[in-house]
Parts: sequence; structure tokens; C-alpha cells
Amino acid sequence: MHLYILRRLLYTIPIIIGVSLVCFSFIHLAPGDPINSVLPEQASAEVVAQIKAAYGFDKPLPIQYLKWFSNVLSGDFGLSIMTRRPVLSEVGPAVAHTALLAVSATLLSFLLGTSLGLVAGMTTRRVTDRSVTAFSVVGISLPHYWLGMVMVVIFAVKMRMLPATGMGPAGADLTQFGIEDIKHLLLPAVTLAMIPTGIIARSVRATVAEVRRQDFVQTLKGKGLRRPRMFLHVIKNAAPPAIAIMGLQFAQLLGGSILVETVFSWPGTGFLLNAAISTRDLPLLQGTVIVLATFFVLTNVLVDIVQTLIDPRVRRA
Amino acid sequence: MPRETTGQARAGRIVEVQDLSVRFVTRDADISVVQDVSFTLDAGEVLCLLGESGSGKSVTMRSLLGLLPPTARVGGRVMVSGHEVTRMTERQLESVRGPVAAMVFQEPMTAFDPVFTIGTQIAETIVSHEGISYRVARARVLELLELVQIPSAARRLDAYPHELSGGLRQRAMIALALSCSPALLLADEPTTALDATVQIQILLLLRQLQRDLGMATIFVTHDIGVACEIADRVAIMYAGRFVETGPIDTLISHPAHPYTIGLLSSTVHESSRGRPLAPIQGGPPDLADLPGGCGFAPRCVARTALCDQVRPTLIPFSTTRAAACHHPALETAPA
Repeated sequence: MHLYILRRLLYTIPIIIGVSLVCFSFIHLAPGDPINSVLPEQASAEVVAQIKAAYGFDKPLPIQYLKWFSNVLSGDFGLSIMTRRPVLSEVGPAVAHTALLAVSATLLSFLLGTSLGLVAGMTTRRVTDRSVTAFSVVGISLPHYWLGMVMVVIFAVKMRMLPATGMGPAGADLTQFGIEDIKHLLLPAVTLAMIPTGIIARSVRATVAEVRRQDFVQTLKGKGLRRPRMFLHVIKNAAPPAIAIMGLQFAQLLGGSILVETVFSWPGTGFLLNAAISTRDLPLLQGTVIVLATFFVLTNVLVDIVQTLIDPRVRRA
Repeated sequence: MPRETTGQARAGRIVEVQDLSVRFVTRDADISVVQDVSFTLDAGEVLCLLGESGSGKSVTMRSLLGLLPPTARVGGRVMVSGHEVTRMTERQLESVRGPVAAMVFQEPMTAFDPVFTIGTQIAETIVSHEGISYRVARARVLELLELVQIPSAARRLDAYPHELSGGLRQRAMIALALSCSPALLLADEPTTALDATVQIQILLLLRQLQRDLGMATIFVTHDIGVACEIADRVAIMYAGRFVETGPIDTLISHPAHPYTIGLLSSTVHESSRGRPLAPIQGGPPDLADLPGGCGFAPRCVARTALCDQVRPTLIPFSTTRAAACHHPALETAPA
């Protein structure tokens, strides 16, 4: 078991290297030059060359990559071109802000999605099942930024119950968290939870319905097991695939949502990425992407390990 | 009068089935799968339900536990150890399944929950019915695994189903069925999914346990060889009805119904050596579109005009035997 976890962790190394390569080359494939956006238009060719040399942009791409990646490994993500501050000190708070939003949205969607999915899966083809399915289709299909704007109009503009944008005064500092912060969190978290709730509800429903069709359920019935105990069997069988879906959703939420964070001016990674892209701030962009990718990979490893703990059949693999 | 169902010593009538009929009703179909089935079974007796796929033998057996899909509509009366199963709610049935009647399923591969250990799955049954602790139940499970001759039983307690072979899994399934000392054991083709060499071991084990524990047993199979090995009495089923019933030895030596004769002559046995097998012509009937008269008439060698018009009922022709046929082969049967 420990060996399995170790091996799973080691596998993440080539994955992260691969991700860094892809992210690096895609960013450099994209048109636009970071230098042009900082320098005045009439800057002379020598000045441009000088600046390029200062940032290392004059070297061939493979060299640039190696230099950047080895710096990253030693914790140096470079300086943001726009703010001239270390990338890490830009990314750090943004990650914390997004994590706060992501965890809230995740909790919300896990709770709601799992309960809806369970109800639907245990009552397949009845009214409850059909309503849950309809609800999740709507949840998945609605554009969430649109839903966000509608909710801002209703709850912030018309009813004046909740703030329209921004974070509360405490930021991501949970020790200072107060009612004002929760009010700020509510709309973006609900907006962000919409799609994962639909996805989780649908997949939990499908998994539970499938488990209930399996032969062993007849055996459980045939030995006169009481309903709560039957339910436990169904849940334990349905849990591994459901957890995989939830982990994926969490990893995705952790990446931040450019659209939702922009709609609500939430200073998270999505917001930061948006800024970095529009200003061609390469070090900031690369740094943010690599941090997010690492989180994504690690979350998936965690999901794999949890699945293995639940399902004995995976353990041998 | 309801009988005592707990304790080791059991006697008398365990099963009484009267005019059982089962239909599967969906929005666009209404199919009769079992019709006019009546039989009784005493403690210590083994009845074999023999027939082709779709003849209704499994459905007949499952209705003894009320273990049918929600689309099933059951008619008639089924009494098991004084419990009228056909009138019980799902909740009431929970207390019948296990301590009164238990079932061994056909597929040992899929009949266990893959994510719980064998030991837990047997123990939870005992705990659920007897309200004892898991620790006490575990000791009982160990005894049961030893009873069904699972080697190094203590180690298998914590084994997951996928860690056992098919034969061991079926032994564990038998242990599960026996865990609450049922008065009636139901076995749904318990050897069909196993290797030939394992089949006979499981069969011998079942017969020995049945005799030692004095359980009434119903055994569903399509294999006459299996029936000969284990049965006291046989009921041959065709198209949802009993077509012939009787003690295994005289039924095999002197079959009366043309279908039974056909089944026997299409099976390999000692006297068929050197002769070509004679299969029954035609295929199994379509249950949604049965002929008005005798269900077997379209495939029958003894068919007459009467067979197409009037459905034969199961009529006794000796003290122990009965056949549902207008032209039974009585001249060969002992009186």
C-alpha cells in the first residue's frame, strides 16, 4: 500500500515536467511580445535588445525553458513584467483566494450533488429521479457567468441583500472571517457550484442505479438484510467512481474560473490569469499555470489513493 | 397450523404451493411465465425442478422467497414453514429470508458484494437476524466456513470475493445460505457456472449438508445428471407448467410425458452408448404466444387433434406420479 502511494507520487514527476513543457511552448507559440507592452513605442532597437537580454528572451527557446524550469525547481518563479514583483508573491494570495472560493463551491456541490444523485439513483424512473435529472441538465447547461450576472441583478441590485463584487475585508484569512465575508462569498460560490452539482448529481445517480442492478443486490435481498445495511453496500460500491468525479471537479474548481472571478471581481487565479494574458506577462502566466497544474495533478493522486482505500480490487494494480 | 421454524429438529410439511402463477407485466407486454403450479415438500426432502431455459423453474423457486422483480404479478398461495409468503410485505419478507428459507445463487462470481470480505457478508446476515455482536457472529462464520469444507477457513474470513476461486466462492455462498439455519434451502443451478470437477464436489457437499441438517431443499437445474445425483423427487417444467412429477428413479426409468421421454433420449447416459442422440424437434416456446391446447404439442411426437384443443392438466396415474398429457406413455410405467 505504501509502495503504491510512493509509486503514484513518483508518477507525478514526469507528468508535471510534461505539463511545464506544454505550457511553456504554447505560451511562446502565441503571438504578442511581452517586451512591447512595457516599452514605449519609440524605444530604439538597442534598448529592446538590452531588455530582452535582461529577461533572457534573446536565448533559444530550449535554453529559456531549461533556465526557467530549473529556477522554478529552486522556488524562483521570476519577476512579473507588469508589477516587477516576484511571481510567487502574486500567485500565492491569488491561490489562497481561489482556494477559499473553490472549497466553498466544492462543499456546496458535493453536499447537494451527492444527495440529489442518491435520491435519484435509489428511485430510478420515478418522479424524484426525473426532477433531479432535469435539474442537473439545467445546471450543467446554463452558462455560469450568465447565472452569476442574473444573481447579481436580483440579490445585489434589486434586493440589496448581498454585495455585487469583491472579497470581504478578511480576504482569505479564515481567523478573521465574519458575516460580511460570508456575504461576499455567497454569490460567487453558488455560481461556481452550479455545474459541478449537476455533474456530480448525474454521475452519482448513474453509479448508484448501476450498482443496484448488480447480481449481489439480489443476494443481499435474499438473505433478508435490512434497508439501512443494503444502503451501506450500495454506497460503498458507488463511492469510488463518485469520488473520482468529485476529485476532478474539485481540481477544476481549484484552477479558478476566469469567467466567474471576472464577473465577481474575485482576486483569484482566474482573475490573475486573465490579467497576465492580456498584458502578455509571460513569467506570471507560466508561474500561475505551473502552480495550478501541480495542484491539479496532486488532487488526482489524492483521489486515486482514496479510491484504492475503498475498493480492494484496485489495490493489486 | 403454523409450525415451529427454529431449532435443529424439524419435521413435517415445509412448503405448500397452491395454484402458483406468475406474470411479468410491463407497459407493452403481459407474459405468463408460471401457471397452475402446485406442490408440497416435507422436511429432509429434495425436489428438483428440471426444465429448459425459460421454462419457469427459477421464477417458481424465487417466488418462494418473494424474490421477484417489481414487474411480477403473483397469484395463488405459497406457504413456507407456516408463513404465507405471497401475502407478505417486503418488510415482513426480510425476516423470512435467511432463517426460514435461504438461497444459493447460480453465479458465485457476481453474487457476493466485491467490496466487503466474505466473513463480513456472512456475519452481517447473522447479526441482522439474530441481533448478536459482530464478534460472536465471526466465530459462527468460521464454523460455517469449516462446515462447507473451505481449507484454511480462518484466513478466508478476511478474503475478498475476488481472492477466492469459483468453487470456494460457491462454498462460501452455501455457508451464507446456511448461516441462519434455514428450514428450506433453495439452490438455483448452483453448479452451472463451475468447472466439471468442481461441480461434483459442490453437489456432494450440498447433498451431505442437506441430509445432515435435515433441510427441505429445492434444486433448480437443466441437467438431468445433477437431478439424479441429488433429488428425491423431480418436477419437469415446460412453458411455465409442471408436465410431469414423480420420484427420480421411476421417472427416469419409466418417463410418461413425451417431453420427459424426449429430454432423456437427448441426454448422454449409460444405455445411449453407441446410439445417436435423438434431440427434441423445434425450439422452446414463445411464452407470449402459447398455443391454446397443450404447450408442448407443436414439438410432440404423440400429438393428436385433441392436444391442440384441450390443455391437459396434471393428473396422477399412480400414488406418487402425475403427468399432464392426453397420451402419456403409461404402458411402460409401473402401476
